[in-house]
Amino acid sequence: MEEMLIRVSKGRPISHGSGEGRALISTQPISFLGSIDPSNGMIIESGHELEGECVTDRVLIFPFGIGSTVGSYVMYQLKKNTTAPVAIINRSTEPIVAVGAIISDIPLVDSTKPDVFKNINTGDRVRVNGTTGVVEIL
Amino acid sequence: MYLTPEEESVLEGEQGPTLQKAMEIITALGEIYGADSLVPVTSTQIAGVSYKTIGDAGLEWISDLNGEVVVPSILNPAGMDLERWQEMGINASFAAKQLEIIEAYQRLGIQCECTCTPYHIDKTLASFGDHLAWSESSAVSYANSVIGARTNREGGPSALAAALVGKTANYGYHLDENRVPIITVQVDCKLKGADYGALGYLAGASIGSDVPIFKLTSQPSKTDLKALGAAMAASGAVALYHVQGVTPEADQYESPDNTLTIERSEIDAIFAQVCENRSDLVALGCPHYSIEELERLSRLLDGKTLNKEVWVCTSRAIKRSIPDVIRNIEANGVKVFTDTCMVVSPATDRFNCALTDSGKALKYIPNLCGVRTQLAHMHDCLNGGDVN
Repeated sequence: MEEMLIRVSKGRPISHGSGEGRALISTQPISFLGSIDPSNGMIIESGHELEGECVTDRVLIFPFGIGSTVGSYVMYQLKKNTTAPVAIINRSTEPIVAVGAIISDIPLVDSTKPDVFKNINTGDRVRVNGTTGVVEIL
Repeated sequence: MYLTPEEESVLEGEQGPTLQKAMEIITALGEIYGADSLVPVTSTQIAGVSYKTIGDAGLEWISDLNGEVVVPSILNPAGMDLERWQEMGINASFAAKQLEIIEAYQRLGIQCECTCTPYHIDKTLASFGDHLAWSESSAVSYANSVIGARTNREGGPSALAAALVGKTANYGYHLDENRVPIITVQVDCKLKGADYGALGYLAGASIGSDVPIFKLTSQPSKTDLKALGAAMAASGAVALYHVQGVTPEADQYESPDNTLTIERSEIDAIFAQVCENRSDLVALGCPHYSIEELERLSRLLDGKTLNKEVWVCTSRAIKRSIPDVIRNIEANGVKVFTDTCMVVSPATDRFNCALTDSGKALKYIPNLCGVRTQLAHMHDCLNGGDVN
């Protein structure tokens, strides 16, 4: 049996708590308002590279958030509807996603070293600790 | 970022989960923007009020909070006049949701005064050198530029967090080094009234988020500065500007060589952008009219016959303070609405073309309400926009 190799990165802890799930990776930024349906967690933005994917219980990995500041509240709605991602990793987070993650208890880490973005594939199992900033690719 | 032992204990949750979340928001933003510490704020003004803007998602979050604000805190404009919403054509289901939002904020100890001009209703909310956590872009611009207070443009949750904790992270416009002008805006023609809105509309689009210093030949009043800043914050993201010889911090600075010159012809061109159809709404009071502006409107209305809907928005406190002026304005057929504005209310959406004296409304009404909009001076608005 192949030996399991856990790759560990350390980032900046932004939103506390920990979560584990399968990675869902976007190289494009995400606007939570208008691009994700809070009732089912589906990405509905026409032409987005993750269109048709579901963020629920995934570790959602994307460079940063864009769009309306109402996006923070949409993240809260996802959480209340149990359709939220289990954790988020950003390359460089910004206030909409940071505030949304904090009010929604979604762990969030950014600026990981080594850079998680170079090191991970969609479907990999990932553990994110938003209190310590540690990201483990299992 | 340095936190005092007391701030640390709030972050650790020793004063309950609501304050812990509030402190997490403030420190996370501090981390993102490289703040060194927190600073106490004198007041907050909280965005995220109109149901049109925040929807059920925002209502749900605010309703779930438990706590009490520790500094004077007021709200951004709501999506309707909280009492006279039926006259605006607002439907009952929207009104019910809007009132739920207001009640949720009131439960947190926030004053139910919904205005983009907090500085008109209570001078103690912002004085020179005060740190604030304000949200609405024109209020932020006025506080920074005209009053010389210090605030970033806060989002709804971060302003509310500051209200609950009484502090904000020390970055951006709280720091001297970010208040220095980096572009000069030179205007050699005389300006009056809505010219300042047109100037702001033009300047904001070129300046983006930089800090400008204006060299003007005219002497702007506080009303003119309000219009200039509001338009610049709408067409650009200007949160602080200086006017040589006028605004309180301007004299500390040299004018940068990098200069933007704005000509009379460019300002006239903004006024010349007219709707194809005749306007069917006059939208005044963006930002909310002051006592002086309402008095002027009242005088201009005497002896006039209006041929379309004329709406003016102001704050509830200002409307209450001048009942005779308001009575005269309304006797002339103008509707005076409070707590709301044309931009955040769905009531505007049903019109074909709006006439306004505001550079800010000129930018936002077409985008947010889908209504064509034309700029005119206050007196020309009342003449129906038939400007020669």
